Amino acid sequence: MSWRSIVTVYGKELRDSLRDRRTLLSMIIIPVVVMPTLVFSLGRIGSRAYARAREEVPVVMLLGGVDSPMTTAALQQSSRFRVVPESADYRQLISDKKIRAAVRIPAGFDAGLRGGTAGPVVILHYQGELKSGFAVGEIDAFFRELREKTVTAALAAHGLPASLVAPFAVRRENVAPPEKVGGNAIGGFVPYLIIMLCFSGAVYPAIDLTAGEKERGTLETLLCSPVARVDIVLGKFFMVLTSSLCAMGLSLVSMALTLTVAGVATGSVGRGVQAVAAQAGGGALPLISPLGVAGVLAMVLPVAVLFSALLMMIALFAKSTKEAQTYLMPLAFVVLLPVAIGLLPGVELNTRLALVPILNLSLVCKEILSGVWHWNYIALIFGSTCAYAGIALALTVRMFNREEVLFRT
Amino acid sequence: MIEARSLTKTFRDKKRGEIRAVDGVSFRVEPGQIYGLLGANGAGKTTTLRLLATLLQPTAGTATVAGFDIVAAPEKVRARVGFLATSTALYGRLTAREMIAYFGRLNGLAEAEIKVRLQRLADELDLHEFLDRRCEKLSTGMKQKTSIARTLIHDPAVMIFDEPTLGLDVMAARAIVRFVRDCKGRGKTVIYSTHMMSEVEKLCDTIGIIHGGRLLAEGTLGELRARTGEHDMEEVFVKVACPEEPA
Repeated sequence: MSWRSIVTVYGKELRDSLRDRRTLLSMIIIPVVVMPTLVFSLGRIGSRAYARAREEVPVVMLLGGVDSPMTTAALQQSSRFRVVPESADYRQLISDKKIRAAVRIPAGFDAGLRGGTAGPVVILHYQGELKSGFAVGEIDAFFRELREKTVTAALAAHGLPASLVAPFAVRRENVAPPEKVGGNAIGGFVPYLIIMLCFSGAVYPAIDLTAGEKERGTLETLLCSPVARVDIVLGKFFMVLTSSLCAMGLSLVSMALTLTVAGVATGSVGRGVQAVAAQAGGGALPLISPLGVAGVLAMVLPVAVLFSALLMMIALFAKSTKEAQTYLMPLAFVVLLPVAIGLLPGVELNTRLALVPILNLSLVCKEILSGVWHWNYIALIFGSTCAYAGIALALTVRMFNREEVLFRT
Repeated sequence: MIEARSLTKTFRDKKRGEIRAVDGVSFRVEPGQIYGLLGANGAGKTTTLRLLATLLQPTAGTATVAGFDIVAAPEKVRARVGFLATSTALYGRLTAREMIAYFGRLNGLAEAEIKVRLQRLADELDLHEFLDRRCEKLSTGMKQKTSIARTLIHDPAVMIFDEPTLGLDVMAARAIVRFVRDCKGRGKTVIYSTHMMSEVEKLCDTIGIIHGGRLLAEGTLGELRARTGEHDMEEVFVKVACPEEPA
């Protein structure tokens, strides 16, 4: 192995790639411009849609309650929702989103309230539909207030204090520092983003530098040189790794800048971020410990090596860029699956999961960002990922020495 | 010098089983000599040359190129070989100058040496006009000249040409032929594969006729004519490669 040759190959690949519009697109333009714009726009659109849904006064249908004038009058006067008269097709109307919910008042409800024998109020809604959910929340709040008023009145009638039903209060107090709250809130999302960016940044150069060269006939030219094949493959590998890390790094910096600038400019960057920021006690941007970010980046490094080697190995087998794309497409799902599992609530790091590549990173990053440093797991994950990356790289070098792969026609 | 000794290469094919692309080929080429490897498509010419250039490893037999064994010291062999084929393309996004310099670096030359050699090659091959133009923008002739400069930057003792005129127009092909002759003039060992009879007649000191992976006949043009009793090179070839073929 000669570092001079590796650097020569790497230097040429870097120069070549920086002149390639498609590589620039995947390495710089998409991470710097497209990804932040996409995330920011999605956040804006989502928060606007949420705000609009929140502002809308839900239309609620009143079912029954003819013998309970007090309750029906209170419902009709409530500013929380707009009550419409009963109709037989209320189920269809809810499904068609003409009304958001319906509330059924049982027979003799007013009398039952006075005697303490009122039957259950039924709220009919469309589960999973945001506006229907808001309507349910408002109806719930109305009946909670009615229940409290009824109890207070009953207690007062018997000369008892209202505090009898609530003899003490419960108050929550947060002890977690803001950056840990921030880390917990977005801890799952950040590793997901980093892993996907690492992967996507490596895909195009991995194809171009292997199958692309085969297709264009430049690989045979390169193989004519006295440079050892291991040096050629390492020079190319470092270029793919550079692209992967560049895509990730630039995207993160760009997104952080976008959120900060947008936060300063508008005072809010959408409810999601606002909520997190409020929780974290910070500004528009959720606070994350810089040490946590550094830890995550260090853990990501062997995964980037793993991706770069793996993608190169698979793409090298292909005869053309088209064939390589066909091979690499399913790999994106293979990567996505463990990342998605890592996002699921309740999935926690243990010794077995610490050995599952990608999933282990997703889980440990979540912990690191929330300020939990399980050093034994961190060492195990870093070590095992380094081992996987080493194996993938060794296999890629081996593949590069196979004639049937290099001269596959 | 090139000396191939029972060079054999087999490939495994799922449908056709074992294929003997090169079958016990032996020949010798001295410095200052052009050896023509003549054969039809699929005869085993490219595989033989790829074996000599150490792009492939022989299944059996071996060869010595410029004093080094192709199996034992492939990197030393490649450092002394210039390989030019239609399949050895240029990097489209590099300029001709960058392309040539890159191969100088890969061959371990120092920057100052690359500069001097590049200047000399540019003078000899008349590259100045397009030296700083990207290879993807070059005409076929310009590309060929750049490829030639790429193979010569490390001043190899052995030149291997695999059908270098394939697909070229007359002028570009003539330039190649001139260049091959020039290599001979400089005392380089040259091996030249082609399926074009006229090129063999014009260029080669010794001709080897390869068919089905086997070297069927070898000799000077005169020797081959005498052996087959034919004057026309095409007839000579047909008589050696397919003796059952009616004249």
